[in-house]
Amino acid sequence: MGPHLTIEPNDRSVGGAASAVGKGVEMTSVLLGEGAQSSEGPADPLADFEGAIAADERIEPRDWMPDDYRKTLVRQMAQHAHSEIIGMQPEANWITRAPSLRRKAILMAKVQDEAGHGLYLYSAAETLGTSREELLDKLHSGRQKYSSIFNYPTLTWADVGAIGWLVDGAAITNQVPLCRCSYGPYARAMIRVCKEESFHQRQGFELLLALSRGTEAQHAMAQDAVDRWWWPSLMMFGPPDDESAHSARSMAWKIKRHSNDELRQRFVDICVPQAEALGLTLPDPDLRWNEERGHWDFGPIDWEEFRQVLQGNGPCNEERIGRRRQAHEDGAWVRDAAAAYAAKRGTGRPAAQAVAQEQPRAQAQTQDQHDGETAVSPR
Amino acid sequence: MTRSQDTPAGGGAATRAEAALDSPLLPLADDALVLSHRLGEWAGHAPVLEEELALANIALDLLGQARVLYSQLGDEDELAFLREERSFRNCQLVEQPNGDFACTMVRQLFFSACQELLFGQLAELGDPLASKAVKEAEYHRDHAEHWTIRLGDGTEESHARTQRAVDGLWRYTGELFEPLPGPAPVGAVDWAALRAGWTERVTRVLTSATLTVPDSPQSGAWAAGAGRQGLHTEPFGRMLAEMQHLHRSHPGASW
Amino acid sequence: MSSSDWPLWEVFVRSRRGLSHTHAGSLHAPDAELALRNARDLYTRRSEGVSVWVVPSEAITASSPDEKDPFFAPAADKPYRHPTFYEVPEGVRNL
Repeated sequence: MGPHLTIEPNDRSVGGAASAVGKGVEMTSVLLGEGAQSSEGPADPLADFEGAIAADERIEPRDWMPDDYRKTLVRQMAQHAHSEIIGMQPEANWITRAPSLRRKAILMAKVQDEAGHGLYLYSAAETLGTSREELLDKLHSGRQKYSSIFNYPTLTWADVGAIGWLVDGAAITNQVPLCRCSYGPYARAMIRVCKEESFHQRQGFELLLALSRGTEAQHAMAQDAVDRWWWPSLMMFGPPDDESAHSARSMAWKIKRHSNDELRQRFVDICVPQAEALGLTLPDPDLRWNEERGHWDFGPIDWEEFRQVLQGNGPCNEERIGRRRQAHEDGAWVRDAAAAYAAKRGTGRPAAQAVAQEQPRAQAQTQDQHDGETAVSPR
Repeated sequence: MTRSQDTPAGGGAATRAEAALDSPLLPLADDALVLSHRLGEWAGHAPVLEEELALANIALDLLGQARVLYSQLGDEDELAFLREERSFRNCQLVEQPNGDFACTMVRQLFFSACQELLFGQLAELGDPLASKAVKEAEYHRDHAEHWTIRLGDGTEESHARTQRAVDGLWRYTGELFEPLPGPAPVGAVDWAALRAGWTERVTRVLTSATLTVPDSPQSGAWAAGAGRQGLHTEPFGRMLAEMQHLHRSHPGASW
Repeated sequence: MSSSDWPLWEVFVRSRRGLSHTHAGSLHAPDAELALRNARDLYTRRSEGVSVWVVPSEAITASSPDEKDPFFAPAADKPYRHPTFYEVPEGVRNL
């Protein structure tokens, strides 16, 4: 090779194929890297996989990967997708009652985004050969979980703001690192989600600010919502690190980039000054600045409540899944009709062999564990 | 058009509100708001995720149209949240409850086919707002058309449901072509041409969907144009109660 | 899986004139016409595109990662295809 070949060998920090538009040189460099790597000796898929992870490269659907990596990813992406679509419910609850036309438009667009994010994530999961239908089945039958936060009710209009500010805020804290997740399709879906997400948290903050600065009744409504949503938001990051079964392995595989406790602390540090700007208080008497750590200390989390909600004893578990199932069942005749029409016209395609280009080599899909531990980020 | 009796009392605001009530833009704005609200009720209930996106897109377009129109008449929130049922000028078609997906799509087809033609005429008459809205209406009509055809010509069940929706909603369609008196451009619309265009289009869609075009009257026991006169069906009052409750519970508050 | 599962479609979006269509993701639809409309609603709702393609996923034939040597290695030893291969004396411009 000529001494003037100055192409960076591993420049794949963003995107993947999708971001390589108009970057022919970069694409070529990637291929150079792969060619060189694989010519070194006999094929050892595990070594290739581990090498790719170590070099911070992305794993793509047709690459060889350990079964557990695949299972972990399918579980996490599914849980994330489920959280998006179940998460539509608490907010959709207020679309018909939004107090101004501007707020109504914002809320509708936001709930629509959540459906879109669910779709991106189901499609990322499908690259591993798991159909959306299969995942929805698992959701509807309770074999797969969604984020527990959505088992809390939205009792007042201010809850829409609290969800935007706190729940979406926690989700973003979780999600930004996922844009660098080792699995390409998941990382790319997350880039898209994060881009669209930026308005969600901001609208929540703005909504609460308007209430906080509004009438006495409005201010009280905002404070009440923050009081109810604060602790469940902290639980969204999952159990403490020493109790989180999958955390360490997910980090080794670069599916996850930061630990539950690390992200939770980051979130608290972000929220404290924001609450002050809102003119609202956070419901934690132990909250104080720790000069030594350079972080905010906060009080103990009620993990018993977390476990209860996770086990189905939250205020809305039944209702959320029941409504989801109902929508799916009510829609069956519509899906059948469109399929029948396509079959008559010969315009559809048999579904059985979908995902042709992303179909992995035969993999036994085992039932996902439902430990609900992954610090999955809804929205 | 007769003036409603429940205009808010007091000073310049009342005069403005009264003027708004007489504007031929108000029925168009109310149509868009009410149908948008109905579509918003689908959130989380759509038959397939892809359709959540589509229904929300249509709802957001309509809400956008309503806001632009209201803003020409006064304060959008005052107009949306502080009028009573009898002051709303929307046609009865758009206030009909969602029913099943067939009902929602047929309602959309009937409405959007009309809106597309109406905005088309308004755009030709030089209304700058209509030229954006006509593209939106065209997309809504197209979406509803594709679904009506698939549902009508899908399974036995979907055919039956869709025919039922067509038959049930047919009597609300006559009102779509009731002239809206007032200044141009709305006052200059050729309603007979609109009706002919609509009938041609809808007949074509229903026929290719293997559905029967009803030969029943296009207006019910209320005279056609009842909605335009502030006479609505019962579900509309409940819809408004839900929509306006929070806003009205905090008089003067900003959100 | 029931027979009514809708097939999967791959979506390609041209973000603006002058650029190629780029893979955006996938979705389910019963047929091509609805696939196109769903793609518009899902992948271009923030004006991300001026043109959309949908392709049935099963219609795509892809190279296998196992074949990356025979497929792509031959290109790797042809650095002369890249402009940076060539030395240009200092001061020479517009080349």
